Amino acid sequence: MEIFSQTVVSGLLIGFLYALIAVGLTMIFGVMDIVNFAHGDYLMLAMYLAYWSFALLGIDPLYSLPAVTLALFVLGIATYYLLIKKIINAPMLSQIFVTFGLLIFLRGLAQFLWKADYRAVPHGVLSGSLQIHGVYIGIPQLAAAAGAVVCNGLIFLFLRKTRAGAALEAVSEDKEAARLMGINSDRMFALAWGIGIASVGVAGALLSSFYYVFPEVGGNFGLIAFVVVALGGFGSIAGAFIAGIAVGLVEVMAGYLLAPSIKFVVVLGLYLVVVLARPQGLLGKA
Amino acid sequence: MKKGLCLFFVFVALLIVFPLFFRNPFPRHLLIMIMMYAVMSIGWNIIGGYGGQVSFGNAAFFGVGAYASAVLLTKAGLSPWTGMAAGCVASLVLAVVVGYPCFRLKGHYFAIATIAIGEIMMGLFMVWDFVGAAVGIYLPILPQSFRNFEFHATKLPYYYIMLAMFLFAIGVAFLVERSRLGYYLRAIKDDPDGARSVGINIRKYKLYAFCLSAVLTSICGTFYAQYVLYIDPPSTFGLMISIDLCIISLIGGLGKLFGPVIGSFVFIPLVELTRVYLGSEGQGIDLMLYSLIMIAVAILRPQGLFGLFARGGR
Repeated sequence: MEIFSQTVVSGLLIGFLYALIAVGLTMIFGVMDIVNFAHGDYLMLAMYLAYWSFALLGIDPLYSLPAVTLALFVLGIATYYLLIKKIINAPMLSQIFVTFGLLIFLRGLAQFLWKADYRAVPHGVLSGSLQIHGVYIGIPQLAAAAGAVVCNGLIFLFLRKTRAGAALEAVSEDKEAARLMGINSDRMFALAWGIGIASVGVAGALLSSFYYVFPEVGGNFGLIAFVVVALGGFGSIAGAFIAGIAVGLVEVMAGYLLAPSIKFVVVLGLYLVVVLARPQGLLGKA
Repeated sequence: MKKGLCLFFVFVALLIVFPLFFRNPFPRHLLIMIMMYAVMSIGWNIIGGYGGQVSFGNAAFFGVGAYASAVLLTKAGLSPWTGMAAGCVASLVLAVVVGYPCFRLKGHYFAIATIAIGEIMMGLFMVWDFVGAAVGIYLPILPQSFRNFEFHATKLPYYYIMLAMFLFAIGVAFLVERSRLGYYLRAIKDDPDGARSVGINIRKYKLYAFCLSAVLTSICGTFYAQYVLYIDPPSTFGLMISIDLCIISLIGGLGKLFGPVIGSFVFIPLVELTRVYLGSEGQGIDLMLYSLIMIAVAILRPQGLFGLFARGGR
């Protein structure tokens, strides 16, 4: 029973982070119908930024988080204006190749600059673990989950309560109508990229205090984000949040019930089952 | 058209005599790799280029081809040629099982699904003890003969076997382009709803294309296993293999008969030369280079770098 509750707790904790990573992906997709294949690799960049702030400047990932988030926000907007803007109306084939090319580029850049070594932040501010009724909870994991929940909540509030958020939703509902209402869709697209990439900035900084950093680290997280987005409905923020938790639980359960080496296979299998059974996503609107 | 045909025969003649002039292992190895990737990219181009269905999972067929023959050879002592046929059957089954449901998916969702399938295959072979799991399979060193598909003294027989496969693949692509299948695939790519409205069974023709793609990739898997004599999941199911096929087709010209051939003759030397000249110091530079080419071509010249020269067969 303790093993079971341990598994559930671990699944929940990682699930909140998956949700945060996926929210950025689903936001970009919802607003402009472009799948950012390089999403996980922006996460990798954020993790490296947090790692190097620690290794070179001695700043703990917890404190460099705002700076990392801001840097990724700017990077997201830059990516939009330099690259994505050119392919908004391009055939889908070109769109796929461009963001996939971006994925390879970022991974190559990381390999070149920082080599294939695995790096970790040792003994950060967040370390150690709690024990509640025989269930161990790592402090960094707990902080990451809490941070992810807060960040998801902020994004949700931003969309619901601010004018910019409403404009963003309007563009994702109907670009043409939004334009007639005087909303500059170009700036909204850029904003979606800024926020979408900034959210992996937060996730990357949080992850770096307990997860190894290496050039390919974004690969699995990126794929998991696709699974989450598919499960939650393409473009749905609330769906991504629920689906993130579900995927976290499924992954940890599969590792516990079957074998740790096969949990990723189960998660990807989940993607196939979902998109084939309900192409609009499990929680998406028909 | 006549001119194109002459050019093609000159090209084939040059490939036939190439080993007579280049006797060192490296240029021969390079040509073998170029032709092997051309065969697989021709296969990719049938479904991805003509049909417009981007597959990031074609390495699955490469892996299945490699493992089918290697397992039959090591466990049952069957000739790799039998293994090649078995690999084709297994790849066809996989193509139908995967393709039938997945061809309902559009664009991005299909592309992501193919990544998932490639990674699932890799994951399963990584833990499947019967096929050596993460360790892979060392193929036994047998006396060299055509039946054993092993040649140790020189790589020349490998070269001509691959040349034959290369010509076979071009023949397949030529027939596809000339056949109803080719026209239907282009129609499906350009306007799926229009194609459906004139009564084209979209899923059926996508499946045919995917099956051809699977067979061409699978035979290369068997060839690779016999050529390198060692296989493991990352070297056969790796995502990068699938991506290379996309890049090659894209560079040469999507949906063009000679697009993947030209792409392969540009891309593979680039890969091999950066590997030789940059070594481990330049780790990552190669990836950055390919990705920049990929992005630049996709934005600036979606019809392929050499689209102008790749009109043959139209």
